[in-house]
Amino acid sequence: MFEFSWRNRLLTLLALGLLSLLLLVAQHWADDYQLRLLNTTAVFITMAVSYNLINGICGQLHLGPNAFVSLGAYTAALLTLTPAEKQASFLIAPLIWPLSDLSLPFPLALLAGGLVATFFAYLTGFPVLRVRGDYLAIVTLGFGEVIRVLANNLQAVTNGPMGLKGLAPYTTVWWSMGVAVLTVATIMGLKNSGFGRAMQAIRTDETAARAMGIEPFRHLLLAFLVSAFFLGVAGGLLAHLITTISPTLFTFFLTFNLLIIIVLGGLGSITGAVLATIIITWGNEWLRLVEEPLVLGSLRLPGVPGLRTVIFALLLLIMIIFYRRGLLGRWEFSWNWLLEKVKRIGN
Amino acid sequence: MTWAGFAQQLINGISLGSLYALVAIGYTMVYGILRLINFAHGDFLMVAAYLGIFGLAMFSLPWPVAFLAALAITGLLGALLERGAYRPLRRAPRLSLLISAIGASFLLENLALVFLGGRPLPFPTPAVFAGSFQVAGLYIPRLSLLIPGITLILLAALFVLVSHTRTGMALRALAHDWEATALLGINVNRLISLTFILGSILAGVGGLLWAMKYPQVNPFLGVLPGLKAFIAAVLGGIGNLAGAVVGGLVLGILEVLLVAWFPAWSGYRDAFAFVLLIIVLLASPTGLLGESIMEDKL
Repeated sequence: MFEFSWRNRLLTLLALGLLSLLLLVAQHWADDYQLRLLNTTAVFITMAVSYNLINGICGQLHLGPNAFVSLGAYTAALLTLTPAEKQASFLIAPLIWPLSDLSLPFPLALLAGGLVATFFAYLTGFPVLRVRGDYLAIVTLGFGEVIRVLANNLQAVTNGPMGLKGLAPYTTVWWSMGVAVLTVATIMGLKNSGFGRAMQAIRTDETAARAMGIEPFRHLLLAFLVSAFFLGVAGGLLAHLITTISPTLFTFFLTFNLLIIIVLGGLGSITGAVLATIIITWGNEWLRLVEEPLVLGSLRLPGVPGLRTVIFALLLLIMIIFYRRGLLGRWEFSWNWLLEKVKRIGN
Repeated sequence: MTWAGFAQQLINGISLGSLYALVAIGYTMVYGILRLINFAHGDFLMVAAYLGIFGLAMFSLPWPVAFLAALAITGLLGALLERGAYRPLRRAPRLSLLISAIGASFLLENLALVFLGGRPLPFPTPAVFAGSFQVAGLYIPRLSLLIPGITLILLAALFVLVSHTRTGMALRALAHDWEATALLGINVNRLISLTFILGSILAGVGGLLWAMKYPQVNPFLGVLPGLKAFIAAVLGGIGNLAGAVVGGLVLGILEVLLVAWFPAWSGYRDAFAFVLLIIVLLASPTGLLGESIMEDKL
């Protein structure tokens, strides 16, 4: 594998060049709807891949990614709004000082969003990572709920249920796709590093890993922090993509969607999460049909709100019961594999 | 706060806490046997509440018939859930089981949303459960007495079942050691179905009472009470029936008192239970009366 690393690097660069070309084409020729879909897919790739770090690679059922996305989204949004805009939208309680006068450029605001999410992950990491299994699940779920309640009630910081409106649409395909590529690269690097192997050892058998001298808490905390950082950045991107955020955007439903994606892709597979994100985001658009009124000749069927979620919930159940591996299992796409395939077909 | 005010809040807290206790019992029973947080458990509150509305309003049944029918169907659905979503995963990693439970919960909620709509339906509370009276300056809704009363009767029945019958003995054996129980010729699958039926019926009773206490029924009715009941179960020590009752009462009373003492914090009410959970897991992970949970691994 190592003798091919220069070749693989070249192929990766080539693929990135191709992606850039595609984005360039998209930027000039795609309509708003297509661009938005592309952006959404990229942001969800960032979220799904960083979420998969905890659930797939470390094997801990984390149910609070919505909290970190929410923290990142609010932080970034509060930092890009100008003081005048903030004064205009905080009607019930004025925004507290430093935030009220602070205004940062978009990249710094994204970074701040990621850092705030990481900071909260550090604070919660101690109670959360002391427990395992179902308890870890319920505590992280609870953290998501606490953050949502805070977003709803801390009028002087989040503007409560009204949320933040009129954010500038800074999230271009370059930003969203760039962050997605960076996330995939970082987490892929982490997975293949000594830390990543230790994390996978913890997933397989924590007691055995401990016996090998791996300290679970430190490794899980590292994964938790890295995951939270990218979730936070994704939150900032999401906020400046839809330009309006409110607490209802970051409920458990978001976590549920991410969970479906990583289960479909295969828990533990980074490339699987990318593939599944594309399938689910586009499938979700396509399934919009079932929630809209359908006219077949003279027959008029009313749309059914909620049907998409029923379909996704069934998909999740069927996947987990009958096809637990997901699309890729723990397998990763690699250039070596692709070239091997090509060679075999050539022969 | 005056003593009368305190007593008033205590009455409210006990009735809320009894509801949590009813639902917490279901969590703790399933956890004791399958080591699974049945995420869909809370949704059975919603199922029973809707079934109650159908029985009372659509078929105009007398309330005992309507309620019994609703509970019977809820119990069967509970067994069906286990059959469909949990049994095929018995030998799978626990992570899968938990994900399956989340899927089942979303499926139930959104099926209700698709078929029954998102608009809350009013619950036609039968006259027996309505009304209130005043004693010594306290305002006591009839339900506030009925809820703890019904809870007490059901729990007494459950305790008798678990500790004084052969089935109960088998249940306790199952919670202790699965394989040994199966080797003794006890039908494990039937016992697990029974656990789910009992748990769902208790959640169903909780749902009917909840719907009469807060008579607006919507597809997501069971989510928050379900989560809080689970926290109550952890608080008392999961896997322990008495612990679930104690945890439910403690959580219900604390929640009501918190809102009464600090009205400005009422918005944070739903976060309180989770903060309490984190404190309990940090300070005493075994809960008030429970066994150790720290050694549980996936």
